[in-house]
Amino acid sequence: MGWNLIRIYTLLVYLFMFLPVAVVVLLSFNASQFGSFPMTGFSFRWFVELAQNEAILRAFQTSIVLGALTAVISTTLGVLASLALVRYEVPGRNLISTLLIAPILVPEVVLAVALLLFLNFLAINKSFFLLLMGHVIFTLPFVILVVQARLVGIRKDYEEAALSLGASPVQAFFQITLPLLAPAVFAGMLFAFTISFDDITGTLFWKPGGVETVPTQIFAMLRNSISPEINALGTVMIFLTVGLPLLGLAIARRMAMQRGG
Amino acid sequence: MSVEARERRQPWILLSPALTAVGLLLFVPLLFIVVYSFWLRTATGADQAGFYLDNWNEALTDPFYRDILLGTLRIAAITTIACAVMGYPAAYFIARARSNKVLLLLLLMLPFWISYIIRTMSWINILGVSGAVNWLLLNLGIVDEPIQMLYNEPTVILGLVHFLLPFMVLNVYVALEGIDISLEDAACSLGSTRWQAFREVTLPLSLPGLAAGGLLCFVLSAGTYITPLVLGGPTDAMFANLVFEAIITQLNWPLGSALSLMLLAVLGALVLVYNHYLGMAQLMKGLG
Repeated sequence: MGWNLIRIYTLLVYLFMFLPVAVVVLLSFNASQFGSFPMTGFSFRWFVELAQNEAILRAFQTSIVLGALTAVISTTLGVLASLALVRYEVPGRNLISTLLIAPILVPEVVLAVALLLFLNFLAINKSFFLLLMGHVIFTLPFVILVVQARLVGIRKDYEEAALSLGASPVQAFFQITLPLLAPAVFAGMLFAFTISFDDITGTLFWKPGGVETVPTQIFAMLRNSISPEINALGTVMIFLTVGLPLLGLAIARRMAMQRGG
Repeated sequence: MSVEARERRQPWILLSPALTAVGLLLFVPLLFIVVYSFWLRTATGADQAGFYLDNWNEALTDPFYRDILLGTLRIAAITTIACAVMGYPAAYFIARARSNKVLLLLLLMLPFWISYIIRTMSWINILGVSGAVNWLLLNLGIVDEPIQMLYNEPTVILGLVHFLLPFMVLNVYVALEGIDISLEDAACSLGSTRWQAFREVTLPLSLPGLAAGGLLCFVLSAGTYITPLVLGGPTDAMFANLVFEAIITQLNWPLGSALSLMLLAVLGALVLVYNHYLGMAQLMKGLG
């Protein structure tokens, strides 16, 4: 009896999570002018309009470039830092870990204001570079958490064996550690990309005039009213941000299985 | 250079890019807004460097700011409690499910990846004047005219719960996974009922996870300004909206700095209290 109650409760919680999203997907196929009920028929017209909307295409381009650069930079920094924290005796390791995780704990609005004002003080104008730096700083903690967790599970013996056989530390890293770490590196990059792709809070502070990412573009469009086009854009975003990580997860699992780890 | 010296230097070489980034992009800027909050905004729109208490005086004594700060903390608290009430049983179900556990967990993680702005605006499709609920009510003949359900504080809270619930479930789940099921069985074999066993054994052991999830929900909801803009009415501004207004709209950067620091101080104090009693390790478990 008690267990069934929890089961139903959980089902309701899942419904609560998924229904609004399902409605977005449903309404994006609405043939009607308006992004609302009742549905007047099934149509792809809003996706066609979407594909012809210059502003949205530009926003997609910006978001993808920004997300990719963020992922590469923050994963590089994150992997190096994780190596140091897991593989070496670093004095003050806990403090350093906390410092590196700090960007998650500082409210994003505060982080956004601080970075914006600081760069203004240095007479550096808002730019794509500033936006990129902002995204790197708040994706870095997630990359470090993911990579560290995996690195702890990779035995140091393999690297030591390579070193004792005459490999340089750099060689040992690229030929032994990195391949073993690949799933986590991959997961970290995806994580960073998705977080960057989704961010709106910091982006609204940092983006230079005229530059829009997909979320800020949606936000700007919402000021008018909710159109079927926004729902279509939402549907594309849902498939991108859910589909890509699922694909990545599958690839990472395959890679991990092939490498026996 | 000796091998030993190199061995000692290596971690610092590896750490330096990340530490430099966090230092230059977070800690120095944070120090900097402290300085900036004492500057003076002049009538010409230029900021005058110096040590003026005007911004702090305004931020700390104006009842307008105080009321919005209290309102923000109230919204964050209600959101956190709602997340706990909805999330705990769900997390318990997933943790104790005999099959499909991975699938259940994956399903729960999916909303994490769906864009925040999309999830927020999706409620307009549900609760709007021509949304799903009104359509249903009209067709069932329960109402004659659509009801305005959007643009008020409850909707803001609803949007926040929808956004933050996965954080809560994940944190509680991680804590519950770490508890040996046989502890509950042991309690039962010693004569307690299932419910007693849960209340006396499982619940106390899972409290750190609940606290970690609660902290995340509270801090994240107290720092938000998008949700009130999309789902709230004109009077539902939260504290971060004031910061955004001051910085982006009014370009009053000294006041914006002082307001940001107020928010940071309140939420930072909460994180410190949490850290003192439970430590950061629990929080890291639920994030990674």
